[in-house]
Amino acid sequence: MTTQITMPALSPTMEEGNLTKWHVKAGDSVEPGQVIAEIETDKATMEVEAVDEGVIAEILVAEGTQGVKVNTPIATLAGEGEAAKPATKQETKPQAAPTQAKPQPEQPSSARAPAKQTVAAEATPAGRVHASPLARRLAEQGGIDLAGLKGSGPNGRIVKADVEAAAKSPRAAQAAQQAPAQESRELTRQAPSAQAPMPHKSSEQQGIRAGSYDLVPLDLMRKTIAKRMTESFRDVPHFPLNIDIEIDTLLKARAEINKRFGDKGVKISVNDMCIKAAALALKLVPEANASYTPDGIAVHHHADVAVAVAIPGGLITPIIWAAETKGLAQISHEMADLAERARTKKLKPEEFQGGTFSISNMGMMGIKSFASIINEPHGMIMSIGAGEKRPVVKNDALAIATMMSVTVTCDHRVVDGALGAAFLKAFRGFLEDPMAMLL
Amino acid sequence: MSNAFDLIVIGSGPGGYVTAIRAAQLGMKVAIVERDRLGGICLNWGCIPTKALLRSAEVYRNFKHADEFGLSVEGVKFDPAAVVKRSRGVAGRMEKGVQFLMKKNKISVIEGEARLEKGAAAPKVIVKSKDGKEASYEAKHVILATGARAREIPAAGLKSDGKKIWTYRDAMAPPEWPESLLVFGSGAIGIEFASFYAAFGVKVTVVELLDRVLPVEDEEISAFAKKRFEKEGLKILTSTEAKSLKATANGVEAVIALKGKEETLTASHAIVAVGITGNIENLGLETLGVKTDRGHLVTDGYGKTNVAGLYAIGDVTGAPWLAHKASHEGIICVEAIAGQKPHAMIKERIAGCTYSHPQVASVGLTEAKAKAAGREVRVGRFPFVGNGKAIALGEDQGMVKVVFDAKTGELLGAHMVGAEVTELIQGYVVAMNAEVTEQELMETVFPHPTLSEMMHEAVLDAYGRVLHV
Repeated sequence: MTTQITMPALSPTMEEGNLTKWHVKAGDSVEPGQVIAEIETDKATMEVEAVDEGVIAEILVAEGTQGVKVNTPIATLAGEGEAAKPATKQETKPQAAPTQAKPQPEQPSSARAPAKQTVAAEATPAGRVHASPLARRLAEQGGIDLAGLKGSGPNGRIVKADVEAAAKSPRAAQAAQQAPAQESRELTRQAPSAQAPMPHKSSEQQGIRAGSYDLVPLDLMRKTIAKRMTESFRDVPHFPLNIDIEIDTLLKARAEINKRFGDKGVKISVNDMCIKAAALALKLVPEANASYTPDGIAVHHHADVAVAVAIPGGLITPIIWAAETKGLAQISHEMADLAERARTKKLKPEEFQGGTFSISNMGMMGIKSFASIINEPHGMIMSIGAGEKRPVVKNDALAIATMMSVTVTCDHRVVDGALGAAFLKAFRGFLEDPMAMLL
Repeated sequence: MSNAFDLIVIGSGPGGYVTAIRAAQLGMKVAIVERDRLGGICLNWGCIPTKALLRSAEVYRNFKHADEFGLSVEGVKFDPAAVVKRSRGVAGRMEKGVQFLMKKNKISVIEGEARLEKGAAAPKVIVKSKDGKEASYEAKHVILATGARAREIPAAGLKSDGKKIWTYRDAMAPPEWPESLLVFGSGAIGIEFASFYAAFGVKVTVVELLDRVLPVEDEEISAFAKKRFEKEGLKILTSTEAKSLKATANGVEAVIALKGKEETLTASHAIVAVGITGNIENLGLETLGVKTDRGHLVTDGYGKTNVAGLYAIGDVTGAPWLAHKASHEGIICVEAIAGQKPHAMIKERIAGCTYSHPQVASVGLTEAKAKAAGREVRVGRFPFVGNGKAIALGEDQGMVKVVFDAKTGELLGAHMVGAEVTELIQGYVVAMNAEVTEQELMETVFPHPTLSEMMHEAVLDAYGRVLHV
């Protein structure tokens, strides 16, 4: 009895990955927990462990293969003389396959080795797509992905009727609709779907001369950014709120902290202080620390602040978990570590997946003010501009102060204008009076 | 015997008794009601005893052709009574076999005629036994498997009198041996009896209303079969309407109309085989309000009728009127009752067989029906003369025809005429059920020398790769 090892979904957003390295070869014995391969996802490079013991029977996807779809078999594992066991398992627990098919990072096996993700390689016919020859041909002709179908034939075999039903489903119809690109644009807009990419015109069709540009292939990160940002901008009703904050006191406090504790390795940035202030503000205005779901508003217990870090080829948002409970020194230290590992693609999924709020700081690049796109499922994202000396009016007289423009983009389904304003007010309170952060 | 069951099956034909066995396997307490003999028409008066008769005809025919095989047989004679006696003996063994199966599976057999009355979860079953006593039985589920009988058209005299004018049932054990026969209807039943009697030298005329014999078969197969039947001595009148039929002092007299021209035919006997009709009478269906349509019960894909707890399977639910359809329908019905998820039956994948000489077998769509359904088709054919085994058997007349969907390679239908094709057709049935395409069929290695090689060749022919023609 051989079982399939499939491409694991190492993050909820992962749809495909690059198989960068095999640590085993055909004929090697493996034990549960043994690292067998390395996979590069849109966010990071991760190790894949064996779940079952056995012998690698065959490597199905070669090292260096790009864009391997999740759940594609990548190797087969031969069990060690226990043919009956997987078969029984399959018979008595027909529900095993669907559970396994749903990629969840929180699988029981990951508890054993929490730092690493694990391949869900169970004895299941789901590894190889089980379909009749006719179903395969119909799927091929109709451009239907068999892996996404549920089979109604014997032992879940995909038969003709299943493919025909899939061909009639709205999703397939929509895919077919995209063929006449010209007319479909309006239709797609009227019926938006997470599945439906916008109809695409080639650069030439848009008037760009052939040969006047280089086409850089889309890597996984670019695809993910494109998909998630498009979905968010299109599907989340968003609006920006802008506020100016005087940060002279904050800068003074920061300088003093760094001067006094510099020899202990403390080097607080304005950004660190913004993380702390935002976290505390979220605790003061807890309704703003929320996510929209169709079942209700998820009001989060902690302020888990995701911070955008620019890395070569894109960006990633590692998270300071429960930032409201952490001191500035700790936030600063964690942030430096996360940013460093983000740049070398060494982040673990649990370090960048989730969060309740995001911060994007472009102040160091001289950007005065900007509004970011919501990072779903967060209810708000904060955009921090550059601190600069500006003429301000104080006590009816012109004065000079260091001002910083801050914008939050709000998901109107969760955060209404007044709520967003209340949050910003609280945030400004902490920045203008940093001592309050000590309370 | 307690009078409460999980399931009562009414009718013990191949639909009913198989249903009962499957239900018993699934742990139900089962009873089966039969008014005549266990095994129903199929085992007692249909499929099996006719095959016994036709086997006698085949052996007799082979004896007459013995010299072709280098054998010398003299004084070949036949005894009609002995031929029929053998057939009855075969039927008797079948009945005993079903008795054994009922006992083995602890199925209670209730003898008598059933009718239904309003009940709680399912209708109550009242059984009147031969001595006129009535008993009431209850079950959670009741399955009607009452089968069908010969359709008669009294207005045209197409009605059995049990003496000169027969249905299949009389023809099976004839009251007297005919000199000449008029067979009305050229479906499987009519053609099988025509073939049987003709083999023993009876002058047979087949009258068919439609424009060809075996009208459900592919047109090419019908045409091929007609020629062979005529060679066997059958007279075949197609596009011919039976205006009237009556018994006379010497035999029977029929008025027929061929293209508007009326003609009188006479013979010693006649067989009425103009279709069959469901046994839906005297069951109390009207009082329960069970939905029927043109003599058959209306069911969903799993045998459910419109009345709670009442199901129906087999011939009583309509075409195709085939024993194997009935059995399978019963199994699906019972498994659905037991909460399993059986696959609904796909009628296009049920084969039909006619045991005439030559035999005819088919499954799926005919070429014409496939085209009418808007399919673009690829057709392949292979003749028996190109097959070594067929020639060795002395059976070089026949053909295999396959119909594929040109676009997808789906096997839409297979049609055969010739020796042993009734035993071959299941190869294509398996292929259709497994949803293989032309590719797998072409890649399959068929054993040599067998008639089955023709099935391979026909597929190859559809794709321009035929080898032996």
